[in-house]
Amino acid sequence: MADKSLPQLLASYRERKHLLALLKEIQEVYGYLPGEFIPEIARSLGLPVAEVYGVGTFYSFLSARLQGRNVIRVCKSAPCWLKNCELIVETLKRELGIGPGETTRDGRFSLQLTNCIGACDQAPAMMINDTTYVDLTPEKIPEILGGYK
Amino acid sequence: MPEKRIVLKNCGVIDPRDINTYLGQDGFKALAKARTELTPEQVIAEIKGSGLRGRGGAGFPAGLKWELARNAPGTEKYVICNADEGEVGTFKDRYILGRDPFSLIEAMAIAGYAIGSQTGYIYLRAEYYYLLNLLQNAIAQAQEGGFLKGLVIEICEGAGFYVCGEETALMDSIEGRRGEVRFRPPFPPTQGLWGKPTIINNVETLINIPQIILNGAEWFNHIGTERSKGTKVFSISGDVERPGVYELVMGSPLRELVEELALARDVKLVQVGGAAGRVLPYQEIDTPLAFETVLGAGAVIVFNESRDVIDIVFRTMEFFAEECCGKCTPCRLGTEAMIEILAKFVQGSGSKEDLTVLEDTARMMQLTSLCGLGQTAPNAVVDTLQYFPDLYQARISKSEVP
Ligand SMILES: Cc1cc2nc3c(=O)[nH]c(=O)nc-3n(C[C@H](O)[C@H](O)[C@H](O)COP(=O)(O)O)c2cc1C
Ligand code: SF4
Ligand code: FES
Repeated sequence: MADKSLPQLLASYRERKHLLALLKEIQEVYGYLPGEFIPEIARSLGLPVAEVYGVGTFYSFLSARLQGRNVIRVCKSAPCWLKNCELIVETLKRELGIGPGETTRDGRFSLQLTNCIGACDQAPAMMINDTTYVDLTPEKIPEILGGYK
Repeated sequence: MPEKRIVLKNCGVIDPRDINTYLGQDGFKALAKARTELTPEQVIAEIKGSGLRGRGGAGFPAGLKWELARNAPGTEKYVICNADEGEVGTFKDRYILGRDPFSLIEAMAIAGYAIGSQTGYIYLRAEYYYLLNLLQNAIAQAQEGGFLKGLVIEICEGAGFYVCGEETALMDSIEGRRGEVRFRPPFPPTQGLWGKPTIINNVETLINIPQIILNGAEWFNHIGTERSKGTKVFSISGDVERPGVYELVMGSPLRELVEELALARDVKLVQVGGAAGRVLPYQEIDTPLAFETVLGAGAVIVFNESRDVIDIVFRTMEFFAEECCGKCTPCRLGTEAMIEILAKFVQGSGSKEDLTVLEDTARMMQLTSLCGLGQTAPNAVVDTLQYFPDLYQARISKSEVP
């Protein structure tokens, strides 16, 4: 991922309607939305600081806290629960040494629980960053994790 | 009633990366027919006559929505495809988008012609990022083929929030704001995206459009029940042997889907419509699936005899508490209050008074919540209180029973 600076990012999102897209790209580049960026974004788009902050804290794909380089989202909604997603969560906890809502010390992974990601026919399912993994079993987890730096 | 492929007609038949395979299946013929043989008003009359209703959950008549937007004053109008698909247990839009993106694009072009719009948006949930490239490719091919004259289709990605599937929250999200539900009226067909007349339709609703234009309202009108025309695409999951996507004629019995197609056994209850849907015990398995009875967006989750009903209800309520946008009090506080009480029943320490509070809170939320999320959140509680009252009674703390 090219490390774009904030001014560069601001230059490519000039309109009000681009606020969410801008925040998503900052999240991607920096791993979170650094608090000190908020006033500059507000100035650049001509919006109240509170509004930028409000949008930045609303969506589950945006985060005000530093996230790991790779964000794991394990689905916990009913169809995945019926297919033992709890076992997957346990396996991840053991492999990573962290619980949901936490980030590994080396900053490699964050673990989160999420609601239905639309793969219930292949439950249990999870996402790592933009990729969806389905028909999970505890045995598959170490290999999947091994693919991420 | 048999399975019938109208919506899924091209799925698995065409190559979603090659427009020529779509053209080989009558692709873009409906658009050509609309543009050359029909006025926009006649297109709308055809959709109205077909009886097509929205497949995203609410079942609003599609033709009427289009007519309102067409007749609304203004030259700037928008067509939005709702591909947010966030309801628990729903994955049919994902299935369709990945296999037949061209029908959606053709439908949006017909919609643009009908209401007089030059801009379309596909609001794609962030979790379906892997479909982005496929959709962009399909739009580009349609453009190159000269099928999108006068219409620009943009894809707008979500950022992970169930409530953004609600039409007004979705519009706020496209505008780059918090996806919060708007007060209505005004309704989107008169004042929607950026305050301009806007139609918003579910993926599946739109996919029906080219078929209706090609084959005529009359043809569509003869399929289904009195008030539910055509077919419905179901996503079935949970305790079944063959989970997946099935398209059935409206009015088909739930049993056919659950037992004959998905091969479920020892069914205890079925949640039709996902978390927001209705809970049916096994004795209701012959219920016909239609707007008149139960339908929602067609998510069917099956639970077998080994499952605990109260646990299911508790988890359902947890979902709503997490996904509530927080704008209105009945939903924000109601979901929290219900979780607290349901947790007691999970542990076996409920009280008679708790049951009364559950019922009162449910009624209050259904009546006073601002959007469908809060209005439907108590469904699982209400239905299980009706069908499984003994299970709640059995969880009332022993010290309470005289
Ligand atoms: C909380 C909530 C979530 C919704 N999520 C979706 C969704 O993910 N997809 C969808 O098509 N409709 C969803 N809807 C329904 C939309 O508000 C709207 O009715 C629909 O997009 C209209 O299209 P249709 O008439 O073609 O069904 C949701 C409604 C509510 C209240
Ligand atoms: S009912 Fe819930 S989701 Fe809907 S507007 Fe109110 S708080 Fe938001
Ligand atoms: S419930 Fe897990 S993907 Fe739908």
